[in-house]
Amino acid sequence: MSTHTSPDRTTARPGTDELLRVTGLEKHFPITRGAFIRRTVGAVRAVDGVDLTVATGETLGLVGESGCGKSTTGRLISRLLRPTGGSIVFDGRDITDLSVRRMRPLRREIQMIFQDPYSSLNPRHTVGTIVGAPLRVQDIPTPHGVKRAVQELLELVGLSPEHYNRYPHEFSGGQRQRIGIARALALRPKLIVADEPVSALDVSIQAQVVNLLDDLQRELGLTYVFIAHDLSVVKHICDRVAVMYLGKVVEVAPRDALYATPLHPYTLALLSAVPVPDPDRRDRAQRERILLTGDVPSPVDPPSGCRFRTRCWKARERCERETPALRELAGGHLVACHFPVEDAERTPRGRIAAHLAAADVAPATTTPA
Amino acid sequence: MTVGPVTPSTETPSADEPAAVEGRSLGRIAWARLRRDRVALDGGITVLLLILVAALAPLINRVFGHPVNEYHQDRIDPNLGGIPPVGTWGGISSEFLLGVQPVTGRDLFSQILYGAQTSLLIAFAATVLAVVIGIVVGVSAGFFGGWLDSLFSRFMDLILAFPLILFAIALISVLPPTRAFRTAVMIVVIGGFSWPYIGRIVRGQTLSLREREFVESARSIGAGNVRIIVKELLPNLAAPILVYATLIIPTNILFEAALSFLGVGVPPPTPSWGRLLSDAVQYYEYDPTYMVVPGMAIFVTVLAFNLFGDGLRDALDPKANR
Ligand SMILES: Nc1ncnc2c1ncn2[C@@H]1O[C@H](COP(=O)(O)OP(=O)(O)OP(=O)(O)O)[C@@H](O)[C@H]1O
Ligand code: SF4
Ligand SMILES: [Mg+2]
Repeated sequence: MSTHTSPDRTTARPGTDELLRVTGLEKHFPITRGAFIRRTVGAVRAVDGVDLTVATGETLGLVGESGCGKSTTGRLISRLLRPTGGSIVFDGRDITDLSVRRMRPLRREIQMIFQDPYSSLNPRHTVGTIVGAPLRVQDIPTPHGVKRAVQELLELVGLSPEHYNRYPHEFSGGQRQRIGIARALALRPKLIVADEPVSALDVSIQAQVVNLLDDLQRELGLTYVFIAHDLSVVKHICDRVAVMYLGKVVEVAPRDALYATPLHPYTLALLSAVPVPDPDRRDRAQRERILLTGDVPSPVDPPSGCRFRTRCWKARERCERETPALRELAGGHLVACHFPVEDAERTPRGRIAAHLAAADVAPATTTPA
Repeated sequence: MTVGPVTPSTETPSADEPAAVEGRSLGRIAWARLRRDRVALDGGITVLLLILVAALAPLINRVFGHPVNEYHQDRIDPNLGGIPPVGTWGGISSEFLLGVQPVTGRDLFSQILYGAQTSLLIAFAATVLAVVIGIVVGVSAGFFGGWLDSLFSRFMDLILAFPLILFAIALISVLPPTRAFRTAVMIVVIGGFSWPYIGRIVRGQTLSLREREFVESARSIGAGNVRIIVKELLPNLAAPILVYATLIIPTNILFEAALSFLGVGVPPPTPSWGRLLSDAVQYYEYDPTYMVVPGMAIFVTVLAFNLFGDGLRDALDPKANR
């Protein structure tokens, strides 16, 4: 990704107003058996106690492996799903249990950008219909007509207003994602939840779309929750990053603190897996890469205590017994681990040691699904 | 809005002509594909001709035929027991284009012509009924899921497993045999039993469409279920519904013919291909042409609809059969 300099990103928390506060958020999907008489035989604990805050104007990255509950968290925040526990406070208002009808006017303030640029645009609608839909559904007054409003939005995201009558299949993945962004902007939301907005795109186009989102944020004063499955994508756009593992947040920190001094072993492992562009350093990076052995345990029956313990090379008896709470170790740097990563482990020697130790973690300790 | 474009797009549209402002919809692309499919096109033209023929039957008959129930005893050979028509090939001549019926000497051309009316009317009406029920049930089952889906799915299985012909015979034979009433009952019976084919397709498509992100997106802008079904799902269901409707029409034509053949179709004297065929069975030794003519009418019609339907499916979903 291109080097992208943003002036005041290092100081984190640009605004101090809290726009979103998520506390103990849970989403358990019931697993049912039987056609007519449904019995609940268990639950997928997709999101299982997530705490987050997002300040006005900042970008919070939400990172984790596939299946850890990032999308579910995003859908809960934008209330496409109803939480089974915890609370969501948006702009001072508790939206946890709002009905579909009561939620409707609030939809203007929280919008989503979706991952798949192919399935997120209805193939039977023109770009004009797609981008204009939010204005129509929400009855937004448009002084110069919906068409003008849509064309302005298209220009805003770097598309030609001429594209108004075209169909999604006539565009490339990156352009489709811009259409999705235009649709999300139509209602002038305060918060945008972007669920892996660039994961499906070519690497060369990813940077363009990330830069577009960054520029839009500055011009329109947007707040983002930016979901990604690896730490390299969020590095350039996020002010703070939250790392998720198996339905829980394991570490939250200002961007630079997280990349420089990760405290959770899982974050350290993720960081060591970030691709190194420089070929001279690639070899060494390979030796220091902490490979996570075994699969992610099933969210139906997560491990007791610390959920990462089945893959953690630092796990001890206490980790099995006691669930580590998310606690603040440095300014704004929170971690949920009994034995956080120490400075020695971040040296090249420490990383190689971790690399070897991680390779030794017996995969048999993972709970079968 | 005062903000201008922030990041100019460096990608170009994948469409060829940059000047064209109007986009090419999937429907227009499908039409372009269909136009290149000779077989399907021939099927489609035949279907159109058949519809035209059925609609203009009285007009065509006035020019080329004779009144439906006019007896032409002079066309029956008295030397052979008064059964087969005069001449070879069932009495086909420039005056009687498809020959005459044995014994009565009625014009077969007019029987086939009006038979097409009966056949297509019942088949089309039954298909419309099937499509309406199929959409309602299929969309509800697929979209709302849960117990409603279980209920509707089991119900569709039940209907498809039903001994249909027996039921139809039993039902129709106990009802009053007036023409209008029989026609209505046949439409209801045929439509009422063919909708699960549409229902299943619609349910399956709805299930997969429901998971697409554009449905989530519609929810996230505050659209309700009705809007999502009407504006987001139905436009995507139109193509498969059109294809399967085209493909159940010939099945319904055969069904109507079968019921008429078994004597529980529209009552005489309303012409029907199925009844002509069952009538011909008695005379096939004297006059085989009498059997071939309605048989060919049914065969050509069914084939034309099937070829057109298959072509339509290929054109609308090129991945399906290739
Ligand atoms: N509607 C649902 N019903 C049942 N289980 C679900 C549902 N949605 C998600 N899950 C499960 O919840 C878990 C978390 O899913 P989620 O989509 O939030 O993960 P994710 O972190 O976004 O992963 P990815 O990177 O693959 O998008 C997964 O195990 C998934 O199978
Ligand atoms: S709590 Fe224990 S098992 Fe969990 S991450 Fe920390 S050291 Fe590893
Ligand atoms: Mg996801």
